[in-house]
This record gives sequence, structure tokens and C-alpha cells, in this order.
Amino acid sequence: MTAAAEAPDLVRLEAVSKRFGTAPPALDAVSGHIRGGEITGLVGPDGAGKTTLIRLMTGLMQADGGRLEVLGFDTGREAARIQRAIGYMPQRFGLYEDLSVAENLRLYADLRGLPKPERPAVFDQLLTFTDLKRFTSRLAGRLSGGMKQKLGLACALLRKPRLLLLDEPSVGVDPISRRDLWAMVDDLTKEGIGVVWSTAYLDEAEACDRVLLLNQGKLLFAGPPADLTARVAGRVFKLAGGNGQRRRVLAAALDRDGVVDGVVQGDAVRLVLAPAEDEAALARQVAGEGHRIQPAEPRFEDAFVDLLGGGPGGRSALADAATPLPMEDTAPVIEARGLTKRFGDFTAAEDITFAIPRGQIFGLLGPNGAGKSTTFKMLCGLLKPTAGEGRVAGFDLRHAGAKARNRLGYMAQKFSLYGDLSVAQNLAFFAGVYGLSRRRRRERSQLMVEIFDLGPHLSMSAKDLPLGLKQRLALACAVLHEPEALFLDEPTSGVDPITRREFWSHINGLVEKGVTVLVTTHFMDEAEYCDRISLIYRGHSIALGSPDELKAQVAGPAAPDPTMEDAFVALVRRSEAAVAA
Amino acid sequence: MSTTGPTGSAAPAAPAHSPGTSGRMRRFAALVLKESTQVVRDPSSILIALVLPMILLFLFGYGVSLDATRTRIGVVMEAATPVIRDLAASFQASRYFEVEVGQDRRQFEDRLILGEVRGIVVIPAQFAAEGAGRGTPTIQVIVDGSEPNTASFVENYAQGVVSGWARMRMTDVTGGTAGQPAISVEQRFWFNPELASRNFLVPGSIAIVMTLVGTLLTALVVAREWERGTMEAMMATPVTAAELLAGKILPYFLLGLASMTVCVLVAVFVFAVPFRGSVLALYAVSACFLVPALGQGLLISAATKNQFLASQLAMFTGFLPSFLLSGFLFEISSMPEIIQYLTLIVPARYLIPCLQSVFLAGDIWAMFLPHMAVMLAIGALLFVLAARNMRKRIA
Repeated sequence: MTAAAEAPDLVRLEAVSKRFGTAPPALDAVSGHIRGGEITGLVGPDGAGKTTLIRLMTGLMQADGGRLEVLGFDTGREAARIQRAIGYMPQRFGLYEDLSVAENLRLYADLRGLPKPERPAVFDQLLTFTDLKRFTSRLAGRLSGGMKQKLGLACALLRKPRLLLLDEPSVGVDPISRRDLWAMVDDLTKEGIGVVWSTAYLDEAEACDRVLLLNQGKLLFAGPPADLTARVAGRVFKLAGGNGQRRRVLAAALDRDGVVDGVVQGDAVRLVLAPAEDEAALARQVAGEGHRIQPAEPRFEDAFVDLLGGGPGGRSALADAATPLPMEDTAPVIEARGLTKRFGDFTAAEDITFAIPRGQIFGLLGPNGAGKSTTFKMLCGLLKPTAGEGRVAGFDLRHAGAKARNRLGYMAQKFSLYGDLSVAQNLAFFAGVYGLSRRRRRERSQLMVEIFDLGPHLSMSAKDLPLGLKQRLALACAVLHEPEALFLDEPTSGVDPITRREFWSHINGLVEKGVTVLVTTHFMDEAEYCDRISLIYRGHSIALGSPDELKAQVAGPAAPDPTMEDAFVALVRRSEAAVAA
Repeated sequence: MSTTGPTGSAAPAAPAHSPGTSGRMRRFAALVLKESTQVVRDPSSILIALVLPMILLFLFGYGVSLDATRTRIGVVMEAATPVIRDLAASFQASRYFEVEVGQDRRQFEDRLILGEVRGIVVIPAQFAAEGAGRGTPTIQVIVDGSEPNTASFVENYAQGVVSGWARMRMTDVTGGTAGQPAISVEQRFWFNPELASRNFLVPGSIAIVMTLVGTLLTALVVAREWERGTMEAMMATPVTAAELLAGKILPYFLLGLASMTVCVLVAVFVFAVPFRGSVLALYAVSACFLVPALGQGLLISAATKNQFLASQLAMFTGFLPSFLLSGFLFEISSMPEIIQYLTLIVPARYLIPCLQSVFLAGDIWAMFLPHMAVMLAIGALLFVLAARNMRKRIA
């Protein structure tokens, strides 16, 4: 390595492998290095091997093969010496919820052997740094996700570590806290600390100094993220002005030769093209008449998909098999009128109102704990509203909940399937629950097996399926009875980008056939697929509109082309300012 | 936001931590303090350590009695002769029975099946004649054999009532110079029965309570640390596995003793169970029992790392054996031989006789000492296994 002269390697990986039982290896001959003074992104979808690699680096787990050296110590023989010099924040932050902020700090200070005289100064500095000074006596269990994360970080930093390992620090944290944390960690690198930040969010990868990109235990790429995005430079285009036909435009484009990948972005379509002599000409050809074509900035995710050999086609066999619903029916399919839910004196959702016409995707966007799941559950009849009403397919959920539920398909967070039932048994069970006739049950199950390519896995237990297949099965179970409304709760959380595209192809296709979709997400990219979005923050809907409208609301001279996340952050700050005023 | 680092120190590396005993003591003290704070703040710990023991104690003190009292029976007088009436009146006067009198056994048969009466005593029409004439008079006692305890109780007490009545009658008839009673007397030594059973049930239930705290609560709190990810964060600090184990043991050891103390106070002052041994003996045997109880809890949690599984295992391998195989409710000597061998590895089996002696008999060190030694040996074995499972490794 030529650059190694400026910063020493803190971690060296040589063909590190780890296997659990008979499953495919969690890590397969991973080599690389991590330097001081940088943020190294450990990037990949769930199940890629990120957590395993971090645990190997802490010495809490032993590799089956290869060599792993941290701070010059071998992780196998000298784990104790490593543990004295690193800071580690595991998933869920490793805090004691029954202890207060100060007690957690004191505990970790004792365990890490921070000398008593140094404590007041260090605590003061860390509490200022994390902005937790006002909350020292609050129990950790009562902190918000963002505050927990900062406290977890503070505990890991008590004795300034040389290497800081953060395992998915941004999960369950709102975008504002995420930006705060990033800024803090970035400060640390200036003092020479090496930071490892693992994440499934590909937009975070772009901000890292270097990236180790993992997929199914294999290292796909190591180096500065810009080096990876460079491979798609000049091949990314945005097709605007599609006149509300973006879903069809995307589906058609994805089926053409020369199109590697594509996603919906607000009212536009974003395409990655295969290398060609004149990509701009190709783009014009793909777009056809009536589109404005602009070259777009390549993103890490574009390059990742390109590296994986491109995304799936645009046709959805599921949508092809669906019976079209009458689009001329203009009555809203899903309707929320002043939905309010209080738990004791805590208001989880207040006065949420919106209506979704047939054939549209509506998104509830917000951080964990904002109230989107509460709203969602009230609308599918799982939670009784304190005030207001919800209607699905014309049925009032209070009086005709069962009828309404028969018209909707529900895909729960984390794909709540019956883990101990096989794939075939899950399908049979859900077909039974929705009361399909014996014949239709057989037909529909057969169809789902074909569409989602579940054939080879029919006898596998659902819990043993890889995440992508779990998600497919969950979608299959949700659409078995051809519902006219689909409720999707964080439907693509943690899955790899290819599976995510496949999923959205199905959803887009179904929507074109007249299915109405309500989706909750904290994932900004997913919000782009929606026709309209309600931004939920602290139980209130603080903005409602199409993705482009929301972005336009915050666009200004400083940020002429804001991302969805920029819009989110700006709108939340605006609403907080309004509350404070 | 601050632009300086958290420690502000210019040194790029944290100085190596001093591995000396002062660091070890401080880490240990910090772990004990953390654990104790959690116990005090966590309602489920209080529930298991104090509320559940009280419920158990009151259940055994008031609810469960191995002797039934005021059992409802039917007495059938097939004829209404003065002798029969007199005997029926004796049944009615018995403090053990609540009697309904009838003329026909059929009116009680259905109710016996329903369990509304526990037995039927039939006094046949020819009873008087027989009693006056030859040998032992015959009455018929019909009981529900599906409840053998109650059945034998009714049978025995019915016999007692009859013999008592016969003796009285004999005295009346012969004017005090009773010869051989006409009815065989089989008087049982069951005086004041409910008090007697409470006196050995309450000390026994204290052993169950300590199993709850030592095994169930300890298994739960360690498994919870795995589930919440705090164990992983702990392990990535300089803490050693031994310190982690010790930091768990001490607080729950003390909590177990505290729980036991409260139970003993309730037993002595609320249930008036006699306390004839010494406080020293009480704490000595209890402390020895907590060693295997805690060891078992730590072993379970280190092996499962999951609260649900841990609680199930603690129930099946800790709580139920202490209940069923310890001689608490069922005499070990009346168990099948193979089960008797099985009881040898149940720590509570060694504690319960000690506790019963401390309460009812006094300090019998000749019995306490070997029992304490066995408990400590089982405990040592469990600790070795737990420590092996709990090396500083995630997997």
C-alpha cells in the first residue's frame, strides 16, 4: 500500500474466514486494512458479515481461518490487550436501561479503569460533546434513539481509544441525530482515531473515507467510495417530465438492453446505462419522446448494483397475473380522518388525516418512534384509535374491521412469518387465513411459487431463509388473496439493493393495476417511490405532498437540488422552530 | 458541538490499563454496584425476590395443608332407630366432617361423583341389632378412590368417629367398666393436623424461595444482558470473565439471603412456626445452598443466552425438582428406587431436612455438616461448568 506511510494500519485482515455451522460462510477470505484518522465504512446489506467482522476485531469471536491483527496484536492470543485499547459500541448501544446516563458513564469508567481524578473533566467534555448534560439523571431506557446512540458513543470514548468500532450506529435513529453523530465521529478522526462505521445504508458509504463493501460474506470492494462510483461515471441519467408515467417508463426502460439499473426518483426516473460509445444517445433512445434527459451524479448504490451485475428487469410477473381493478372509481381506498392515539398521557399520533386514491403509493416517513407505526396499525385495524376514524375500501375499521381486513394485504416489519413452518406451510396457512377456496388456494400458491421462484425452498423453514427470500415470501403471503390495498411496514429494511429493486418492480406493477399501497419507511430512497408522503415527527404530520413538492419546499440557493433526506431534516427543523416560537 | 476530542489529550494512544489488583477491585465493585442498582430499580427482580416468596409462603402457610378439615360427607340412616340416630349425631358433632343426613344412599351417589360430597357413610338398618349382638357392627363407607388422600382421610376418620362413639356407648351401658371395646379402635395420631403440616411446609417453602432467587432470577438477569447486548459491550472492556461472574454472584447471593430472612421472619412471627435452632445454623445451611443454586442459574444463562429459554430451564431443572424431588411435599423414601437416586443431585434435598430441623428440632450439626458439604460440592461442579461456558467469547 503506497498511502500507508501517512497513517499506520490499525487493523490488518488477511484472508479472514468465519463460518457458523453448515451455513455458507459468514466471512469468506476477507482481506484489507483499516487506518487511523479515517472513517472506514463497513458496508453491506443485512447478513453480509459486518457484525461478524467487527466482533472478530474486538476479539470476542475467533476467526476460523486467516490472520487478523488489531493495533499490532493478534486477536486470537492477545484479545485482552486489544480490548484495553479499543472503543466498541455494539448494536443497540450496550447501555443499561435501568441505569441513568451518569451511572452508565461511571460504570464504564470503572470498567475501563479511567482514573478518578481525570473523571470530572472527561465526563464534562463527553457530556458537552454529546449534548447530554441536561439528562445526566435520566434513565438510559427513557432516552430517545438518538440520545441512546450518543450515550453509547460516550461510553465507548471514555478512555480515548485508538480504534473505535461502531456496529450499525444509525439504525433506529432519525436523520438529524445521524448527522450529529457523523459530525462527532468525524471530529475524532482528526485526532488520529480510526473509526469503523458499519451500515446497510449505502448513502452513508459515500461519506466515508474508505469503504469495505461486503456482500454475502465476500469483500466486493475496498477503497475510497469515489473509486467505486467512478465505474458508473457518465452512465447515470435522470429522465424528467414523464408526465406522471414514471412507473411505466421505468418498467419499460429496465427491460431494454443497455439499461443496468433504474429507480423512481420523485416524478423522474433515474437510470444507469451499460457502457456504450455514446451513453447520452443511448439515454435518448431509451427515453423516447417527451422526456428531459439530464446527466446525474453517480451514487455509491448505482456502482454497487453495477458491480453485482445490474438490477432485475422491469416486468413483474406478479402484476401481470393480477386482475386489473377499476381505475375510474375515484373514492379513496384508504382514508384517515383525524386519527389520534394516546397511551396514558403520551400522544403517539395526533390528528393524522389523509386519503389515498386508487392506484397510488402513499408513504408515512419518519424516524423510529415518531408515530408512523401507530398510525399504520390504526389503519389496518390492529390498534383502536383514541379519536378519529380510519376507512379501508369503504369499510369503517371500527365496525367492519374484519371485512376491511379481508380487502387488505399486510406485510409486517421484519417479515413476520412463522419461522418454524416451511415456505409451503406459510403459504398454505395464509391462504387459509384469508379464506380462499380449496381450488383458488392451490392456484394462487402455485402462482406465488412460480413468480417468486420459491420452488427450490418449499420445504425449508422460513426462519432459515436468507433475508431476501424471506422478504419475497412475506410479499407472496400478503398478496395471496389479491387485496386491493397493501400495507407495507418497512418492507425493504436491510435487504440488498437487487432484492429491493425486484420488490419495487412488483409494487409498481401492482399499483399500475389499481392496487393502493400504504408504506411506512425511514428509508429516504424508498420515499421517492411514493406518489405522496406524509412526514411524521413526534406524533404529528408535519408535511404532506409529493416527494418533489417536499423537496421544492426546502430548495434554496444553498441547496438547489436537495435530497429527500435534506428535505426531511429541513422540514423537521422548521417544525421545531415553529413549535418553539 | 465541540470541536475538540472527548479527552482532549494529545497522546495518540490510550495508556495501557494497569492490570493490578486495584483495577480488579474497582471493576468488581462497579459491577456489584451496577447489579444492585438494577435489582432495586427493576420491578421484576423485586417481584421474584420478595413478592413471589411471600405469595408462596402464604400459599403454603394457609392454602395448602396435607390434612383436610371439615370434609363434606353424607350420612345415610337406613333406619331411624335411636342407636343409629345417636351414631349419626356423633358424625355431626365431629370437627372433621360437615354432615348431611339422608335416608337413601342414592341421594348422595351423584353428588359423590360430582365431588360435592367426599364420602358416604351408610349406617344399615340392622346396625343396632348387630352392635348389640355379635361382634363388630358394620357400617359402610363409600369414598372416591380417584382422590386417595381424601378417601383415606374420610375412611380413617369415619372409623375414628365410630370407635369413639362405641367407647362412649360402652361406658354408658356398662357404667364405666368398659371391657374390650366392641369396635376395633384404630385411633390415629393426627391431633391438630393443620398446624403440624404448616410447621414443616413453611420451612420447606423457604428452600423453594431460595431456588427462585438463586436459580431463576440469576438465570434471567444474565440472559437479559445477552439479549440486550450489554454483555457484549461489557466483554469488549478490560473486564475478565471471572470478574463478570463474581459481579453477578455476590449481589444475588446477598439477595437470596435477604429473601430467606424475610421468609423466616414471616414464618416465625406470622405463622408462629417454632424456631428451635440457632441463627448461625440457619445462615450457614442457607449460604451453602445458595452456592449450587447460583451456579445452576449462571450455567443455564451462559448456555442459553435467552430469557425465555432460561426461565423454562430454570423452572424444569431448578424449581420443579426442588419442589417434587426434595422431600418437601413427597417423602423421598416412598419414591421408586430410581427416583430416589435422582434426588441425590437435587441440592434442595439436602437443605430441606436441615431447615426443618433448625425450625422444629434444633441444631443438629452432625446432620448439617455432611449436607452442607454435599451442597458445596454440587455448587463447585456447577461453577466450573458455568465458567467454562462463559469464557469471554460471543460464539
